[in-house]
Amino acid sequence: MSTPIPAAAAGRRFDRKRPDIASGLFTGLTGLATFGILAILAAILGNILYHGLPGLSWRFVSTIPRKDMFEPESAAVLSMIVGTSIRVMIMTIFVIPIGVITAVYLTEYAASGSIYTRIIRVAIANLAGVPSIVFGLFGLGFFINFIGKNLDQLTHQSGPLFGKPTVLWASLTLAVMTMPVVIVATEEALKAIPPGLREASLALGATKLETILKIVLPNALPGILTGAILAISRAAGEVAPILFTGVAYYMADLPSKLTDQFMDLGYHAFVLSTQSDNIEKTRPILYATVLVLLMLTFSLNAIGIIVRARIRKAMRAGH
Amino acid sequence: MGCSIRASPFRSARPDPTQPFPRLPHRYSDTAKRPSGWMGIHRGHNARPLEWIAEKFIFTVSLSAIAMVFLIFLFVGREALPVFLGDTDSALVQTVIPSKDMEKIAPDRLARYLGMSVSELKTKDADTLRTMMEIREEAANEVPAAVRDDKDATANTTEWKYLLKPHQWTGYSKPEYIWQPVSAIHKYNLVPLVIGSLKTTLIGLAFAVPLSLAAAIYVSQLAPPSWKEWIKPGIEFLSGIPSVVLGAFAFLVLAGFLHDIFGYRYRLNAFVAGIALGLTAVPLIFSIAEDALTSVPRSYVQAALALGASKWQTAWQVVLPAAAPGVFAAIVLGFGRCIGETMVVLIASGNASVVSWDIFDSTRSLTATIAAEMAEAVNGGHHYRVLFMLGTMLFAVTFATNLLGDAVMHRLKKQR
Repeated sequence: MSTPIPAAAAGRRFDRKRPDIASGLFTGLTGLATFGILAILAAILGNILYHGLPGLSWRFVSTIPRKDMFEPESAAVLSMIVGTSIRVMIMTIFVIPIGVITAVYLTEYAASGSIYTRIIRVAIANLAGVPSIVFGLFGLGFFINFIGKNLDQLTHQSGPLFGKPTVLWASLTLAVMTMPVVIVATEEALKAIPPGLREASLALGATKLETILKIVLPNALPGILTGAILAISRAAGEVAPILFTGVAYYMADLPSKLTDQFMDLGYHAFVLSTQSDNIEKTRPILYATVLVLLMLTFSLNAIGIIVRARIRKAMRAGH
Repeated sequence: MGCSIRASPFRSARPDPTQPFPRLPHRYSDTAKRPSGWMGIHRGHNARPLEWIAEKFIFTVSLSAIAMVFLIFLFVGREALPVFLGDTDSALVQTVIPSKDMEKIAPDRLARYLGMSVSELKTKDADTLRTMMEIREEAANEVPAAVRDDKDATANTTEWKYLLKPHQWTGYSKPEYIWQPVSAIHKYNLVPLVIGSLKTTLIGLAFAVPLSLAAAIYVSQLAPPSWKEWIKPGIEFLSGIPSVVLGAFAFLVLAGFLHDIFGYRYRLNAFVAGIALGLTAVPLIFSIAEDALTSVPRSYVQAALALGASKWQTAWQVVLPAAAPGVFAAIVLGFGRCIGETMVVLIASGNASVVSWDIFDSTRSLTATIAAEMAEAVNGGHHYRVLFMLGTMLFAVTFATNLLGDAVMHRLKKQR
């Protein structure tokens, strides 16, 4: 009945018993690359943990550095922890409302194909890819030299009050930088809410605004928090945007006003690795500082990733 | 009673199957294509001013992302504008205007002479201006005679020919590209910095692209599905490491480790910085490429396997070409990431501005230059302006790569 398969076509390509060496090699090589990356990650974390832990002490994290920051006996990082925390907190206050409202517009109001939506999305993608040092220049050119100097002129300051690096300008610069993070995370959370929930609310006579405020946003709260946490962990480790906008090499006191400068963990790690005249002596301090910074960003990141995974699971279950 | 289901008004509202189905608005939005009156307020019984205000407010706020991109371009560019327009003068010895001639010269010329804008000039009184001019005069007289007689002392080094072309400075045997902004004669040649940036970026990509593409192929095509859930977040965890930490790691560990293998001369060099830079790009490239590879329709793979292709032939000759635009976008965005990275290069590259393509030479990138020198540049001075010009260039380059990468990814999403 059926035409016999020509011998050539029935040849070795269909012979499943032959070991597939090329595939094995390919799988092996790509697998090696994958686990190579994971190994590098483990090596970085392990190395920092191994060398950093001995340098970590209660005195180190709870003292304001008064004497030599490069001496193991007097080095301390409380000022830096406080400075980093303050700048990310102020940043959060600014970035969350703007990010959440933008995400609400994109998911709830915008027609998916409209030109505005497309331009906003391009702008967000672009903002996420602007080099961090350019944000630093922007902070200097816009916040300090334009807004700050003009504010000083308007309020007739005797010396520069706003027209100089301050924790406020550093935080605002970071807020501009982390806006895409918050928008994307919030958008994900909003999309995960089943449309039926909105439709039910609208069918019961709630207006659109009521639906958003009372149904959509409360349900999206975990996702919004994730966005905030991811933004904070991203901002906490960034140094380049604050270089010219607010960070100080050394301050004897903690910052107390919005117009004060501040010390910063990441910047301090940079200072320790480039400004020390005896690297062997400062090495343990550098390791310990880096470890504190990593612990801060990673604990935040881990929370963000876990909450995000849960939301994604709920989203899959909901559809 | 007579009120049967058959007589229910809902029955009659049922669509007639012979008629085409009525078009429904594709979103639940009540603003979609509704007739509305002046500014959308007078909509009969549907008028809801609060809703209208809220919607307009939300729309306005959502434009802030666009506004920010604009403002960045505007204000970084604004500080650099005098260099682009040729309005800065960085010559060491300038024609001195005697302070007694102050009243005779035009305000815009005076403003430029004193390095301020015309509006700033108006806020100062005559005595202050006279003092400033006297200071300029004294400073000019204090320049040592040997330097003053230098043929380059009157050269405005922010002109394009000095910025881009090699110049034979006094004391050099041949024309050279030199970036030396803090010497007596400010040398602002951009070529060493551009080469430094490109060199570290290309080393970083040469390291990151094969590694992350291989990992993306493995995770999306070859790995057991249950592993994927662990490997993917694992690699993306790398993006959570702050770049200053990667820089410090490169400085503390990587430099020594690679030195033991390659035995190069300078401990911190383009190669060390490039590898560390690659590590910052790996999670980005991996994540985009993996997404692109995963979204290749499963039927392609099944068809290839059914035709007798082996697993690696399927992955290499079917899946990878089908995902090529996504992979391209990943590489383009990785390039933008690498060329804009600051702290890693600042800490690990050695920061010597030399023109050399040797990967084991110390090097200085655009980003590191801005970060390291802004603190010592006078606000509003020529050094400051040139650094902002570097920033504008960086922004332009990353803007282009982002647009390109985004356009490719958008087209992909549309197709699927």
